[in-house]
Amino acid sequence: MAKKALTWLTYLSVLAATYLVFMWVPNEKVMGPVQKIFYFHVAAAWVGFFAFLIVFLCGVAYLVTRAEKWDLYGASSAEIGVLFTTIVLITGPIWARPTWNAWWTWDPRLTTTLVLWFIYLAYLMVRTSFPEPEKRMRFSAIFGIIGFIDVPIVWFSIRWWRTIHPVVVDGSGFAMSSKMLTTLLVSLVAFTLLYLYLLTTRVAVARIDNQIQRIKEAVLR
Amino acid sequence: MSYYNQIRVLVWKDLASEFRSKEMLNSMLIFALLTTVIFSFAFDPEADTVKKVFPGVIWVALCFAGILGLNRSFQGEKSNDCFMGLLLCTPDPGVVYLGKLFSNLIFMLIIELISLPILFLLFDYRLQGSLGWLVLVIALGTWGFIAIGTFLSALAMNTKNSELLLPVILFPLLIPLLIAAVKATGLILGGGDFASWSNWLGIICSFDLIFTVVSWFLFDYVLEV
Amino acid sequence: MLKAKGIVKQVGPKTILQGINLEIRAGECVAILGPNGAGKSTLLKILATLMKPSAGIVYLDGKDAWKSPEQVRGNIGLISHQSLLYDNLTARENLLFYGKMLGLNDLDQRVSQLLKEVGLLLSANEQVRNFSRGMQQRLALARAILHNPPLLFLDEPFTGLDQQGIGLLNNLIGQAKTKGTTLIMVTHSFEEGLAFSDRVLVLNKGGLVYTGETKELTITGLRDLYCEKTGVKTS
Repeated sequence: MAKKALTWLTYLSVLAATYLVFMWVPNEKVMGPVQKIFYFHVAAAWVGFFAFLIVFLCGVAYLVTRAEKWDLYGASSAEIGVLFTTIVLITGPIWARPTWNAWWTWDPRLTTTLVLWFIYLAYLMVRTSFPEPEKRMRFSAIFGIIGFIDVPIVWFSIRWWRTIHPVVVDGSGFAMSSKMLTTLLVSLVAFTLLYLYLLTTRVAVARIDNQIQRIKEAVLR
Repeated sequence: MSYYNQIRVLVWKDLASEFRSKEMLNSMLIFALLTTVIFSFAFDPEADTVKKVFPGVIWVALCFAGILGLNRSFQGEKSNDCFMGLLLCTPDPGVVYLGKLFSNLIFMLIIELISLPILFLLFDYRLQGSLGWLVLVIALGTWGFIAIGTFLSALAMNTKNSELLLPVILFPLLIPLLIAAVKATGLILGGGDFASWSNWLGIICSFDLIFTVVSWFLFDYVLEV
Repeated sequence: MLKAKGIVKQVGPKTILQGINLEIRAGECVAILGPNGAGKSTLLKILATLMKPSAGIVYLDGKDAWKSPEQVRGNIGLISHQSLLYDNLTARENLLFYGKMLGLNDLDQRVSQLLKEVGLLLSANEQVRNFSRGMQQRLALARAILHNPPLLFLDEPFTGLDQQGIGLLNNLIGQAKTKGTTLIMVTHSFEEGLAFSDRVLVLNKGGLVYTGETKELTITGLRDLYCEKTGVKTS
């Protein structure tokens, strides 16, 4: 029931966000239509960070309770987080090219996202490296915790690193109108719902996967 | 059976077995020097670029050499199931972490003591800032590298291809430390005053502190069978 | 001395041990038998505090072994089919290392005495990597009893031993029994199991299917029982 409601809510909010972005919100004066990618870019970045926070919390919960479900949620959240940071890393250059005349700038936000992307790819590597389920769950929980603790240090170091270099472009270089802000907020809500929808679906798939493993075990015994 | 004594015995054991063969130290040292030589081919060593890339060269060479050592760090414990014997001797696996941290730190400091002077010679680099601060920053940077490296090495030890896994999971986490260490080293080498790099020292120190404490705390979970 | 209550070990989807209850008196010698995959080694590791059970508690001298490991670990000796020795260290250094880790007194004397007992005094300063398998096993025995542990775990201890090693191990077990050491041995051999134990336990598929006093058993009796309880034929 709840799942059905979530599915519909996600569907409608994504639809609404798409409508607002493409039909309703005015073009930005200087950048033109390309600036519309901003709404998805920022929303994807938010989901990425949020997903990694969930990985951290699930890691702690797993180590304390040793309940398999926390591992499932953590793993699924990490996969979705990597997916959305990948979207950020793709939409970023698409936006950057026409506006800043360069595919990539070592802007603190973009760079931090890149480092995060590597950290959580490493998390996924840890998961595939341990065939024994108990070790996989334990070590990925540990790495999820360590990785997230690194995030603020990454952010500060990269920000200072970039401010000491001459800052070529300022990422927040335009003022938002109220229509733009509304659109951004709706996209944020839509993407968060999309995240929750993907998470629950992924966990359901993982559960079925585990059940199949158990049945296999039982049959082979 | 005090905590401190057990750490000391562990370090003594690691040093004794390494100094018998010196296999690991030799290959770390050669690798550090090789990395530097390759760098000097990549960047023209005569030109002004050297001044700019030198701090980076130092840290890249140290990290590459260090990862060789970290890969080997727990191999000795793994063969013959020594870990079990070790765990039966100590109620607290944190001892094992600190013991390994100190022995890895000593190995790294030995490598640095030999390779860094050679690096300065090869690049004909003249130090403008204070040697004391340089030593401090390099020591603290190495500490952070080893603190998290030892921890992840213990984690990676549990898989067959730990050599493949360790660099991939270690380097992303090291990025803030590397940025800070390279920056601070560069500023000190160029004779910058304390205020210009104290920020970076702050990052290095917080990295060291956070990851030593967190690793020490989480080590129980890594060793648990 | 040792009490286990409701020990469950789950590894992912597999249940290795499903609720083991047992009590072992001080000075008792217990043999644990069972077919491959029955969970013998896992049970031994859990009893020796080397592995955490998914559920259940191990009590050593009435104390929860996981809550007060500092009072427990130093009292345990372990002989496994792995040697637990460092290849790069010499025989003497290995023993000195473990002795120092355990904080033993009069260590030098104890180490020399043990090396003599296992016949390795002449090669005491040689690296373990150069030892033959038999020599390594003998040194492993010395290592296990270095601190005169009141509780000794043996995991398939006879596997890979040479004749001299078998003699030494028999000796060691005999000595330990007279000293009142509690012995817990995992083995697949009925002869070994019966020869040393006061009590025999049979594990099958993670459950304790039989426990009986050794003096009431004969080898053939045990064989029949084993076959009946586990469905595994032995001849």
